[in-house]
Amino acid sequence: MAVSTTRKLIYSLVGNKRGLMGCVVMLCVVVAALSAAWISPHDPLKQDLSLRLKPPGWQEEGGEVYWLGTDHLGRDIASRIIYGSRVSLAISVSAVFIAAFLGITIGLVTGYYRGWVDSIFMRLADVQLAFPFILLIIAVVAVLGANMRNIIVVLGITGWVVYARIVRSEVLSLREREFITAAKALGVSHFKILFTHLLPNVAASCIVIATLEMARMILMESALSFLGLGIQPPTPSWGGMLADGRAYLFVSWWFATFPGVALMITILGVNMMGDWLHDFLLI
Amino acid sequence: MKRYLLQRLIQSVFVLLGLTLIVFIILHLTGDPTHLLLPMEATKEEIASFRHQMGFDRPLYIQYLNFLKGVVRGDFGQSLRHAQPALYLVLERLPATVELTVAALVIALVIAIPVGMMSAVRPNTGTDHVGMVIALLGQSMPIYWSGLMLILLMTVKLNLLPAYGRSGVLSLIMPAMSLGFYSMARLARVTRSSMINVLGKEYIRTAKAKGLTDYRVIVRHAFKNASLPIITLVGMELGTLLGGAVITETIFAWPGVGRLAIQAIYNRDFPVVQAAVFTLGVIFVSINLVVDILYTYLDPRVRYH
Repeated sequence: MAVSTTRKLIYSLVGNKRGLMGCVVMLCVVVAALSAAWISPHDPLKQDLSLRLKPPGWQEEGGEVYWLGTDHLGRDIASRIIYGSRVSLAISVSAVFIAAFLGITIGLVTGYYRGWVDSIFMRLADVQLAFPFILLIIAVVAVLGANMRNIIVVLGITGWVVYARIVRSEVLSLREREFITAAKALGVSHFKILFTHLLPNVAASCIVIATLEMARMILMESALSFLGLGIQPPTPSWGGMLADGRAYLFVSWWFATFPGVALMITILGVNMMGDWLHDFLLI
Repeated sequence: MKRYLLQRLIQSVFVLLGLTLIVFIILHLTGDPTHLLLPMEATKEEIASFRHQMGFDRPLYIQYLNFLKGVVRGDFGQSLRHAQPALYLVLERLPATVELTVAALVIALVIAIPVGMMSAVRPNTGTDHVGMVIALLGQSMPIYWSGLMLILLMTVKLNLLPAYGRSGVLSLIMPAMSLGFYSMARLARVTRSSMINVLGKEYIRTAKAKGLTDYRVIVRHAFKNASLPIITLVGMELGTLLGGAVITETIFAWPGVGRLAIQAIYNRDFPVVQAAVFTLGVIFVSINLVVDILYTYLDPRVRYH
């Protein structure tokens, strides 16, 4: 079973170029984040004002090359981008986990029990969807204070709606199926029905949503950092680098360009992987 | 039909109530909002009198009811920065945001619909792939970055368009483009899948068999029927655009509600933040309501359910 699933996965990937590309990109980002300390050409925090705003490919007399140039404090942009992937991945993955956990649980419970619990949560979902989401998150982070923990918690807690809605709609139809009736007739507890009978049947959709949500979380985190409400300097984050680069747009094009390229490639990778997973798991 | 409309209206009222609750809670997240609203150097007496004056010493539910009373009268309190009512400041900047959002939507639709239709008419061909790669790129490009890149190209390199402010049509082009690009991607994808779905229908075959021109079949027969999911998405996209406007306005120094809200957050001017969030929420809820009502007119199947 396990072998054939792996094989199917590989065959499907080979047949889907965009999916393969997405997975390769993601693999690169993950490897970069994990091995940032070894692959970064320079110290991402080391400032040297004599090296400020040097163009890409600039070579120091000692032979040190700054492939993507340096920023306004003379720090190496390439190294900062590599380190910045850590922030993006750490926040988006943790937030997706929190959101998925909350959303799936709420979706399972509301779809299975229906009744007033269902009404309350679905109205809550309406309220939340009725919001310029980013503004809400910005306001909450501004009040609570901008740090990694708060950002993860806020993104995680506000992200449940997508999961809950889809899981709920699937559970609504699943609960009428014979295997659930059979389980109930056998006296299986509600808890067990929810988590061993229903959960596996909604897992595929959840994996797809989680992937696409990850792209959104990366965008959100970088938007917050861009507005100065995300990860605080000097820790490198892509959004923060973009914000710094914005001030020097008229003198050094590379400063704001490369962090954005990293961001775009990563999100493109996640999206392509998500599209492929959607085709593989749900069609 | 009437019942459905009534139901939707009541639902919207509840959503708005929820909105007021969230807006109220934002300020009370850290407990007593006094220290959020007063400057650091405020004396103890000042704090105490301010707390009493604002009613922060009363129970939370009474504070909420008072807040609600204010909201109904359109009173969010005075801005702490500018000596003007918070709502007035927001409404003053609303036209700029609406202008930007509508322009972005128009740009998105003008690109998305032809691209999506072309992809659907020739699925899995070069045209389709190019169209969908554009869509994928648009979806993956953060608006604050595409905005910066536009400034880099149009202002720094070519010196064609102004990078900041709101002064005539020229200054609208870049903000609207960078904001619209993201929605363009989603709209193109939905147009494509909806069109592919409709083009497989039997009445399309009939239309073709009658000898109608391709143009007539595609535009008059297929697109009209394929437009329903697109209209739903347009409603949702308007919300996304309103949210995105917050960032776009910041980048291009566009004097709209979003920029006002962000500045108010930096200045800890919370009455303005509350008024801005609430106003944008109300617009969003109204758009969704209008889209749902529009839907029942466009699709008779919805009416009879």
